[in-house]
Amino acid sequence: MMAYIVRRTLYAIPILIGVNLLTFLLFFVVNSPDDMARMHLGAKRVTDEAIQQWKHERGYDKPLVWNSAARGAGVVTDTIFFDKSLRLFAFDFGQSDSGRNIGHDITQRMWPSLAIAIPVLLVGLLVNISFSLLLAFFRGTYLDLWGVVLCVAMMSISGLFYIIGGQVLLGKLLNLFPISGYDVGANAWKFLVLPVIIGVVSAIGAGSRWYRTLFLEEINKDFVRSARAKGLSEQRVLFGHVLRNALIPILTGVVVVLPSLFMGSLLLESFFGVPGLGSYTIDAINRQDFAIVRAMVFLGAALYILGLLLTDISYTIADPRVRLE
Amino acid sequence: MMPFQPVVLATDALIYLLVLLAGSLAWYTRRHAHLRAPWRRVARSRTAMGSLVVIALYVLIGLLDTLHYRPASGEDGNGQARYASEVMSVLDLIATPLREHSEKTYSAPFATHLYARETIELPGGGQVRDFPRLKWGGAHLADPDADRGADLLIRVLGGVVLGGTAWLLSLAVALRRRGHRWRRWWRDPAIGPLRSAAWAGLAVLVLLGLTLTLAGAYHVLGTDKVGEDVFYQSLKSIRTGLVIGTLTTLVMLPAAILLGIMAGYFRGWVDDVIQYLYTTLSSVPGVLLIAAAVLIMQIYMSNHQDEFNSLTERADLRLLFLCVILGVTSWTSLCRLLRGETLKLRQLEYVQAAQAFGVGHFTTLMRHILPNVMHIVLIVVVLDFSGLVLAEAVLSYINIGVDPNTNSWGNMINSARLELAREPVVWWSLLAAFVFMFVLVLAANLFADVVRDAFDPRLRERT
Repeated sequence: MMAYIVRRTLYAIPILIGVNLLTFLLFFVVNSPDDMARMHLGAKRVTDEAIQQWKHERGYDKPLVWNSAARGAGVVTDTIFFDKSLRLFAFDFGQSDSGRNIGHDITQRMWPSLAIAIPVLLVGLLVNISFSLLLAFFRGTYLDLWGVVLCVAMMSISGLFYIIGGQVLLGKLLNLFPISGYDVGANAWKFLVLPVIIGVVSAIGAGSRWYRTLFLEEINKDFVRSARAKGLSEQRVLFGHVLRNALIPILTGVVVVLPSLFMGSLLLESFFGVPGLGSYTIDAINRQDFAIVRAMVFLGAALYILGLLLTDISYTIADPRVRLE
Repeated sequence: MMPFQPVVLATDALIYLLVLLAGSLAWYTRRHAHLRAPWRRVARSRTAMGSLVVIALYVLIGLLDTLHYRPASGEDGNGQARYASEVMSVLDLIATPLREHSEKTYSAPFATHLYARETIELPGGGQVRDFPRLKWGGAHLADPDADRGADLLIRVLGGVVLGGTAWLLSLAVALRRRGHRWRRWWRDPAIGPLRSAAWAGLAVLVLLGLTLTLAGAYHVLGTDKVGEDVFYQSLKSIRTGLVIGTLTTLVMLPAAILLGIMAGYFRGWVDDVIQYLYTTLSSVPGVLLIAAAVLIMQIYMSNHQDEFNSLTERADLRLLFLCVILGVTSWTSLCRLLRGETLKLRQLEYVQAAQAFGVGHFTTLMRHILPNVMHIVLIVVVLDFSGLVLAEAVLSYINIGVDPNTNSWGNMINSARLELAREPVVWWSLLAAFVFMFVLVLAANLFADVVRDAFDPRLRERT
């Protein structure tokens, strides 16, 4: 087990290097720092000095990968690649293009993101499992049929509709919750209710349908038939046998997204004005702050790989039949 | 001299290629019984046939909007035709009244008066602040307040009768050709799926009839901020949605298929390299990769403005680029599925027999592996479609979607969402975009489910 974890962690390194090279290629080679500067400074008629100044302030005026002017180790270290890309491995994100410390911003902003993402995940699991278990209980009846139709219809609705519709209906017309905004500490809850409700509702369609397939998969297996043959009630069969076995794929599906919860939800946060990492990313995209986008790409990839690792480990814990080689 | 000059934009060319591919695939399938069988199963599903009619309507509108041309705008001195710089499509030509009936600013659906008050000059001198009459919407009414209800009723009835008659006529022709009796057609279980298609056809024809009678005289879905007809915008957005949903998969298919079956077939270091490639790409959050690529493209476009002949061409290239970058982020799942399936196939007797006979790798891949994984490709293409249509709206909201000048549902939502704060609420643009998107995505989802179950029911667990 330990050896497996170590090997998987080592395997993550080349992938992170690949991500790093990809972002470096995208941001510095395909597109030179000169282009970036010209874009930021706006007009076409921008002087060379202004561009040099902009690049110098942000450390973009060094050579890309090889600094022949420097001496000793400086040949490699005094370059954009070392400064901007390799430092990411130490989770040292440096300064954003507008001069703020990205690492500090991230530690500040991940809490509001988690305050939305965790309730959405937990409440969503509860709602989806209950609803799909209900459909599985009434399988083959009209309730099941229309339940599935409802799921397909709900997953065909754009996520933007849920957000805008929820804001207008619950926030504006019924006046139940504030439409957007955020507060620190205990007062934050009333700003969180609406995004959480919308986050859960918008995921019901796809989630419940998926879980229903998992349940129906288990329901047709032999051990369920023997449980019924023993004379167990349908409830005990559903909860004790079907649910417990179907939980394995459900839980592993949850574990893979756990680390990425830090990244927050792009849409929910920006619509509700929550100062989390999701709205941070969107703001960075809109302001064309490449340093932040680069940092978030790296962070997201690292968290995703962590999620994959956790999934494998949780598999062995949830299902003793699985052995990690 | 030609009255018009055909224009083929980059996405147009790819759409023609797609139509050609689909056509030859259909022709090939018709001639092979084993390929026909799963499609027969699809054709026996009532849901599939009903949604197919709806999809067909969208595709028809999208194709009409793909036939681009430049209208002639006069002659130069030598008798040579001169063409307008503006690129038009056949859909624009058909919907000329919709395109030209633009008002000053917002107006509600079926309104006869503008949304905002204005100072109106009275004929006898003097001024009054009131809602001015629309230039086009309900302009034929002498007294809008009194006549509008009756006029709408007549037009709606006319549209229903028109659509219903067209439907009855086409139904009669279809039944006659198939030799069915009138009395039996609505109970005969053997033609259940066709009946669903017929009902969907009735809905489509009535909608067309209503469009004919209503859209010319009113703004059926209102007008937007600059007074453009929202119904026209929604129609124009169909092409963008379809392009994103289909061309993205078309663009990614060659790479995904080739790498997927190569990884599964050769194993060893080829497999390692390809797995490394798609794990790396899929570990970057999709939205961020798209954002990064689109930002870079924007920089490129703003620095090389003179390389594009027209705004239309530029917007079109941006759309194509978005398809490519969406393809780059979405090919990994298909590649993984194909690799798994190929790993299984290469153990089978017929592949081993081929190898024992000394058949080369290339021939084995093309003749024995590829045809046996094509059903997965088809399923993924159909399943991905609806997700991509929805993704377009989200990307346009973050400003990393299609060009702001392109008509798309995402752009409609994006420009309209801020107007919800107005009093009274300007809801029609949003609702129109959502409804048009919902109908297409729902039909595609229903159709995709049937296709998946018909081709490979086991895949339900994996996708």
